Amino acid sequence: MNQPFYVAPEQLMKDRADYARKGIARGRALVAVQYNDGIVVVAENTSNTLRKVSEIYDRIGFAGVGKYNEFDQLRRFGVRNADVRGYQYSRDDVEARSLANEYAQILGQTFTHDVKPYEVEILLAEVGVDQASDQLFHIMYDGTLMDERGLSVLGGDAESISERLRNSWKSDDDLGTAVKKCVSALSGPDRVLHAGDLEVAVLRRSEDRRCFQRFDDAEVAKLQE
Amino acid sequence: MVVPFFDLENDPGSNFTSLLRKVGLDPFSYAHSGDGQSLQAPHGTTVLAVRYNDGVVMAGDRRATMGSRISNREMEKVVAADRHSGVAISGTAGVAMDMIKIFQLQLEHFEKLDGRPISLEGKANQLSQLVRANLSGAMQGLAVVPIFAGYDLLRSTGRLWDFDVTGGRYEEREFVATGSGGGPASTVLKVGFRPGMNADEAINLACRALWEAADVDSATGGPDVLRSIYPVVATITADGWERCEDNDLATRFETLVQQQRSQREGTTS
Repeated sequence: MNQPFYVAPEQLMKDRADYARKGIARGRALVAVQYNDGIVVVAENTSNTLRKVSEIYDRIGFAGVGKYNEFDQLRRFGVRNADVRGYQYSRDDVEARSLANEYAQILGQTFTHDVKPYEVEILLAEVGVDQASDQLFHIMYDGTLMDERGLSVLGGDAESISERLRNSWKSDDDLGTAVKKCVSALSGPDRVLHAGDLEVAVLRRSEDRRCFQRFDDAEVAKLQE
Repeated sequence: MVVPFFDLENDPGSNFTSLLRKVGLDPFSYAHSGDGQSLQAPHGTTVLAVRYNDGVVMAGDRRATMGSRISNREMEKVVAADRHSGVAISGTAGVAMDMIKIFQLQLEHFEKLDGRPISLEGKANQLSQLVRANLSGAMQGLAVVPIFAGYDLLRSTGRLWDFDVTGGRYEEREFVATGSGGGPASTVLKVGFRPGMNADEAINLACRALWEAADVDSATGGPDVLRSIYPVVATITADGWERCEDNDLATRFETLVQQQRSQREGTTS
């Protein structure tokens, strides 16, 4: 029987992480920030049909960067999980934290045991009754789960985008201001992003039930004015 | 219950009831089977829908009965299914409430997974499948007969459907009423209906139909002035579902009573 070559676990994990990071870095980034009436997610996405940001449940939104088919599969898993849980218990019993843990398990398992890790980073955002109870869960390709405060940046070049955003962002900005700051952080000093290059959606705190709302190009252009 | 990560062969797609079955939660399985005669469960009664120029009006009384006893005075038998459609139920209350819940979830589930709502006709079809799934329940005396109505955004018009216990789905052109008071309510609607009514006229007609149904059918509740419980009346137009305020309904029923009183005085004098 053939013995496989010995590869040190450190090397194996590093190779997988490099592979996943490369895949993610090829795609465009997205940012999520708190604003005065909830959470807004701004993604660089030229497609009008293949979404990066979408609704999971009443107060929970999902966003993914990297390989579309992979994060979309995770999104569907999230919607199913939330809907079955809400049916079996109550709508109040569906929360982002437990779903974020499930995601972390799936991504972590796949990273260590499968042939190929997921080339995705995902964000699970839940809008609470006030800003202090808002939650942003950032989950990495290897299952690392981070509970972030106020703002979150996913995807390639996250560090420089995050630095630009942290310098300008304020939690009590109105929606238009927040979107403008997110767009300029995403684009950097050398580029201009137009409504057609962006996907913008909010979780609006003041909504009764389904807080998620997506904006079309015309509405995004208006927010950027 | 943990929802698994489905592989391609087992993926239930965008259908919520298939998903429930996949995870072992069949909503319409009845462990006990026997004749329904001995079973007493609360029943709901008169519900109706009327088309008018901008969409449809749906209405339903609030009473649930168990035999000759009033078991609930403020049950809501007419509810929004999603933004542009509503569902009204008559039949066994418990089963009906669960059916409504699954139907609402099915529409929302599809919308979230597919990124667009189901067409109005597709929604009616989904509801008919749920009614059929309850056929064994219906054989045991736990029948549910809904009405479905909504605004068809593709055709820019209000549309309405009624169903039978086997899941048969029938689109109606003008109005529909069902439940134990459905007979008198239908008659009022038939006499009062004219094409191209506005919202105000359609709401008045719906109130009148409920009033007359409550007048002859003991299982249909009229407006309860003492407890301020009024029927559920809602319009569905291009702008979506909108429920009428109780204050508005109170005035309409007051006018209705006054009309009838003056008619009566006219005949006695």
